[in-house]
Formats: sequence, C-alpha cells, structure tokens
Amino acid sequence: MRSTAGYSVMKITAPVNKIIPFSNVDGPSNRMAIFFQGCPFNCRFCHNPETIHMCNDCGDCVKTCPVGALSLKEGKVTWNKDLCVNCDTCIKTCRHDASPKVTRMTTDELMEKILEVSPYIQGITLSGGECTLQKEFIKELFPKVKALGLTTLLDSNGSLDFESNEDILEYCDGVMLDVKAYNKEFSDWLIRYPNDVVLKNLDHLLATGKLEEVRTLIFPDRDKENEATVRYVAETIKDRCRYKIIRYRQFGVREEYRKELGDFTTGEDYAMRYVELARSLGASKAILV
Amino acid sequence: MSEALNIIKDPTLTYNQELIALAKLGENSDDTLVYSDEYYKAFNSRALCDLGEGKMPYRPRYICPDYELLFEKGCKFLELDPPKDLLEAINVLEIFYRHVPSITTFPVYLGDLDKLLEPFVLKEERSYAKKLLKLFLLQIDKVLTDSFVHADIGPEDSVTGRLLLELSEEMQLAVPNITLRYDPERTSDDFALACIKCMLKTAKPSFANHRMFVKEWGENYAIASCYNGLLKAGGGYTLPRMRLYECSLTAKDTEDFVNRELPRYIDLQLEYMDKRVKFIVEEASFFKANFLATEGFVKEENFTGMFGVVGLAECVNHLLGIEDKKKGFGINKEATALGLKIMDVIDERVKAHVAPYCEATDHRYRLHAQVGINTDGMDDSPGTRIPIFAEPTMLEQLQTNEKFHPYFPTGTGDIFKFEETYEKTPEAILPIIKGSFGRGLRYFSGYLENCDVVRVTGYLVKKSEIEKLKAQKQSLNNVTVFGMGAQDGAHALDRRIQRHEDNSTGQ
Ligand code: SF4
Ligand code: SF4
Repeated sequence: MRSTAGYSVMKITAPVNKIIPFSNVDGPSNRMAIFFQGCPFNCRFCHNPETIHMCNDCGDCVKTCPVGALSLKEGKVTWNKDLCVNCDTCIKTCRHDASPKVTRMTTDELMEKILEVSPYIQGITLSGGECTLQKEFIKELFPKVKALGLTTLLDSNGSLDFESNEDILEYCDGVMLDVKAYNKEFSDWLIRYPNDVVLKNLDHLLATGKLEEVRTLIFPDRDKENEATVRYVAETIKDRCRYKIIRYRQFGVREEYRKELGDFTTGEDYAMRYVELARSLGASKAILV
Repeated sequence: MSEALNIIKDPTLTYNQELIALAKLGENSDDTLVYSDEYYKAFNSRALCDLGEGKMPYRPRYICPDYELLFEKGCKFLELDPPKDLLEAINVLEIFYRHVPSITTFPVYLGDLDKLLEPFVLKEERSYAKKLLKLFLLQIDKVLTDSFVHADIGPEDSVTGRLLLELSEEMQLAVPNITLRYDPERTSDDFALACIKCMLKTAKPSFANHRMFVKEWGENYAIASCYNGLLKAGGGYTLPRMRLYECSLTAKDTEDFVNRELPRYIDLQLEYMDKRVKFIVEEASFFKANFLATEGFVKEENFTGMFGVVGLAECVNHLLGIEDKKKGFGINKEATALGLKIMDVIDERVKAHVAPYCEATDHRYRLHAQVGINTDGMDDSPGTRIPIFAEPTMLEQLQTNEKFHPYFPTGTGDIFKFEETYEKTPEAILPIIKGSFGRGLRYFSGYLENCDVVRVTGYLVKKSEIEKLKAQKQSLNNVTVFGMGAQDGAHALDRRIQRHEDNSTGQ
C-alpha cells in the first residue's frame, strides 16, 4: 500500500492466530507452524471455525471473557495476551466464526520469533485459516526464512491459483495441498467454494515439482464421495508425492454440521479401505493419519 | 526394638536389601569422622544432605573400571584371562561386575558395551550374537537389580549398538540404564534415529552431549549411575548435596542469601567433602588393597568429588516470594536470572577451593545437579529443573536448560515428554536434540506421553475440546481412574524410577 503523498511504504502485516514453535504434524521433521486468520472457504467440517473470518469488532466476546483480557478501545477489540487464560470462552461466544486472539505482525516481527526457534527446526510451515490470503506477506517473508537455511512450506486449501501467482512459489519448498472433494456437487456443498482451482493447482504443483503432499479427509458413510476424491487424487499423483488419508474427526466441528457429517470419528477400517484403494491405483505413498 | 531388629523383621525388604541396610547400620556405628558443629546444624536442618552415604566411606561412591584393560590383560585376582570370543567376553564381564563396589553395592557403570563387545560380535552369526546378548541383558536385569546400573553406547553406529537397542525394545527391561554419547559429526542420523525410536518405547537410551563432555573430560569419560559424567578408570569419591530451598530458609533476603548464607553452606559442604575424600584415600583400604586399584582398573588420580545441588527452582521462588510456580523459575526472567546468579556463586566458590586427591580435575570438585530422591517430596525439584506441573513449552524448557547445563560436568539432565504422534515421526526429535546440544544442553531424556489428545495435522486443538475429550474418555473407561498426577507423564516416570530404586541410595 502506498500513500498518495510521497512514497512512504506501509509495512505489510498478517493476522497471526497462533504459532506452534515445535510441530511434528505440519510437514516433515520438526517445524515451526504459523497459523493465519481468515479463510475463503467455509467447510462444513472445519475444525477451527474461529479462524475463518476476521473479527468485526462487535464486542460480544469482550463481555464474556472471565478475566477481562478483552477490551474495546476506540471501537477495536484488543486482546491482552498476559491476562488471557486460554479458556476459549470468547471463541464460543463469537457468532462470526472469528477470534479476538489475533495479532497483526510484520515479517520482521515474525522473523524474530522464527530466529529464536531456528536452531531446533528444519523449517517453517504457514497454515491457517488459509495462508495464501497473505500472499504479499509470504513473498516478503520466505526469502528471509530461506536465508537462515530453513525450508519453507505452505499448508493450503488450494484456493489461490498458483499458476498465475508463480512468484509466491519462488522461495517456497513445497505446498501441502488439501483436496477435500472431487465431485463438484459434493464440493459445492462441503466447502462452499468452486473446486476447479484446487484441481488445477494439483496439476500445476505436480508439474512444477512443488507438491509436498496431498491430504484428503474421509467422511463416515460417504462411500461415493470419498471414493471419487481418493480415486482422482491417486490417479493424478501416483507415486510422485505423499498422500495423507485423514479420518474425519468431530472435534471442533460446529454443532449444526456435526449433525450432518457425524458426531463421531471415521472408523479406522473404513478409512483404511481408501488407503488401499489409493495404493492400488499407484499412489504408493498413501498413508493413514 | 533396635534398628537392626526393625530391619530384620521388615517383610518388605528382600534379603539383599536387608543386608545393605544392616551394613549401613554397622558403618554408622563408628564416629571417627567428625565435622564442625556448624556442619551438623546444617545437616540436621536438612539444608545439607549426605544422600545416604553413611558415616564411614569404605569405597568411593561411584567406580568406573577400565574394562578395556580387563579385556586386554584379564584379571589376576579373579583369575580371568582376556576373552577370546563373545561368550567368554560376556562371562568375564558378568563375573567382574559382581566385584565392582559402589554406594548401591551394584556397579554404576558397565562399560561402553558396544565398543567393548563389537569385535567379538562381528565374529559371530548375528542371531547367535543376539541370543548371547539377550542372556547377558537378562543376567544384568535379574542380578544387578538397581536402576543406577548404567551402560554407554556410541558415538558411532555399530552392530552391537543396534542389537542392544533391538533387545531393549523386545525385552522391556528396567536395567541397565543406557546413554548414547551423541556427536552429530560421529553419530549417523540413522543410528541416532534408531536410538530415538527405542527411547520413545523404553525411555532409553538418553542422549549425552559428547562434545561437551569431551571438552571437559577428554575422550575417556563415562556416563554412570543416573547421568553422572566421570572419568573411566576412575569415578567419584562422594556426592553430597545442598538442598537449596532449605538453604534459602535461613536467609533474611536475597542479598543475605547470595552474600552470606549461600557461601557459608558451600563451605560446609566442601568441609564435608574434603574430610571424606581424605578418609577414603588415606584411611580406607580400598586404594591400597582392592584388586581394582592394585591391578590398575581404577587409579586414584582419576577420581573427583561431585558437589551436588538440588532445588534451585524452589530456592529462587522462595527468595523472590513467588508462590505460583507457573510464574516462577524457568518462566519468569527475573527468577531465572537469580538462578544463574546463584549458580555463578556456587561455581566460582567451588572452583576456588583446592580439593584433595582430584588430580584429573585440576584439584577441583565438579558440580552435579542432583536428581532428587523419593523422600524429597515437592520441596526440591531435581537440580536446576523447572518444577513439575510448571513446565512451560518445550522450547522454553530447553532454553532454560541450556543456560544451566554447562555448570555441571558431573551431570545434569532433563526429561522431555512427547505426544503419541511422535511415535510415527521420530525424525522430528533429532533436530531438537541437535539444536539444543549446540546451545549448551548436556543431557536429554525423552519418552512418549500417554496422551488422550493429539493434534492430527494442519489444525489446532482447543482447550475446551481437550476437556470434552477427556471427559468422554473417562466415561468410556470408567474403570480407569486417571488422577491428574497419573496423567502427568513426568510424575509417572519418576514413580517408575522410584519403584526400581527401592532401597538404593545411589543417584
Ligand atoms: S480465551 Fe478468550 S475469553 Fe478466555 S481468557 Fe482468553 S481472551 Fe478471555
Ligand atoms: S471475535 Fe467475534 S465476538 Fe469477538 S468482537 Fe470479534 S466478531 Fe465479535
């Protein structure tokens, strides 16, 4: 953003929901995982619906915080990290699928955190919400991270067309892509966003060697939909990258959707069928998570 | 009833434990070694503790024999020839172990088992070698029934090292303790990973920062007992400890503690150590007549004294009036800084003291972060550890440890718990060890936390969900009552160690 008077440049910031210094489940080895706020999808199964929207400063949660960690200052909700006891009452209160516990950070501020953890990690993973909503931030951040000798991964839902945003991949070692649904109708219902771009990204990332892994969630009793997605992904990627078949888990899912999708976790045997299907179609690196 | 009669009638003691307790009673009936009144006052107030060493030391506390010499020359006293094959090697070791004394009456150091046995293992079929090693480990577990029995492996990969890991997993035995001497330049990632996998399943081996130990001791060091750094063909004469929390109780304030009380207690512990070391070397027959000394398996000049401390966290929190340990030492910068200041005072004062018969360590004693004993309760956390239930994130825990571990050449360590998903991703632990060893961590132990909730991938876990899950889990298995304490991994592990510790006083 440039101001009209002169060329003073405003610093790029990104809304950070959470930083996990050591993560073993957000890509290979030990990584720092950074979760951004905001997502263009609105998946019914979302486990962290509070990361979907940006806070609109309605102030509802300010009233329910038991320790006064939230306040309204000049119409903006502010969060006092030191007072917060992480009870998540605010998240339960919020009717906008947002969270008041979000910090806007510049790349330099985030780099400070990364620098502190850098001796212990192989790299960082940007996740969300949807990290690619912060593409300008990422373009500025990744070269700095690479300069430390760390690897850079994106955990993405594939909503950003990577082909027309090649520059975001320049300093990125790989993308962990969610392919949530192949069947168009199912996809429109499940994620409420057109999935063509996701499927296009699958091809593009494969072609450019930037596909780190693909993940698909297996829903209880949805044989047709599960099979269509797994079949498509497996036939596309073959043995060229890791394929994580993940069991749907009800935890964190909004109540109304839990009723539709299931208030239980997909059975292990049921999910394993799809791992075997994927393997039989040539996706030899398919694993159950 | 006399104390002896109490011991004899106690149905909870094994024969061997009775024997040890009665021997201690005999030892304590002599008053030859006397200390200043000030010392006894500090001892009686529990500020200073002798860790059950007894009144009359008749051997050094920890002995690390030169097993390489045994394999090269054999042993005249025991009429053992140098072994020619694996069966003989194991037989020689088993016989010899029986004659290595220590405070626990069991050997606290079994040797660098992979290096010692590798030439013999390589001459056998792998399956036959494995069978012999299996019987060897079984013998150790059933005869040397003490969890302070310790074997070392590494830094290099070896067939024997691999077999010992395989067997540890298969046999799930408590004894021996195992340490990998880890050097990222000499230990392959593949071998380190095999060790991590075994560690997650069996809580051993632990990782010792090889480069750090080599810098202080040279290549010829051993990790013995729980995590003690000592010299091979040597050992440690004595290990008393300052219970820092109790020490802080007599101070008016922080200034009074740091400038007067602390130095006073340090000097009293030094007085105690000097007298004991001199007694062991000058009066006791050990260095004059025991075959270990006369045949050169140990040399007096390779021994040192271990100056122990325990409960730094509680000491600091008390001095600063911090009641909530979650806001104290290890979390709060001011508290951690005071901890460092206290350690500097101890370190400087102990280094300024000329110690008798400590040739190999520049005539100085070396510091030891004592791990605690089961009678300590919650008053004193092990060494300089952050108290249980107050541990911050692993990152912060490591950062605090990295500041304190360099003070303790004769040993310190911390235990890190990993959630279940690490069983499938052991490679995520190696960079943590590498990173922290490069920054001053000395000793790393890890185990898998028996955790209800694990993060799967790509999303976050909310506290409210965790609680719901726990509630659900409990109703699902209402037979199993999980108290908070039992759920806390570190506590459970401590308990396990204590179970095996039984009557022993070794640390
Ligand atoms: S989690 Fe939310 S409601 Fe709870 S203390 Fe923190 S800010 Fe307040
Ligand atoms: S987090 Fe939600 S409830 Fe709180 S102010 Fe923002 S929109 Fe309102």
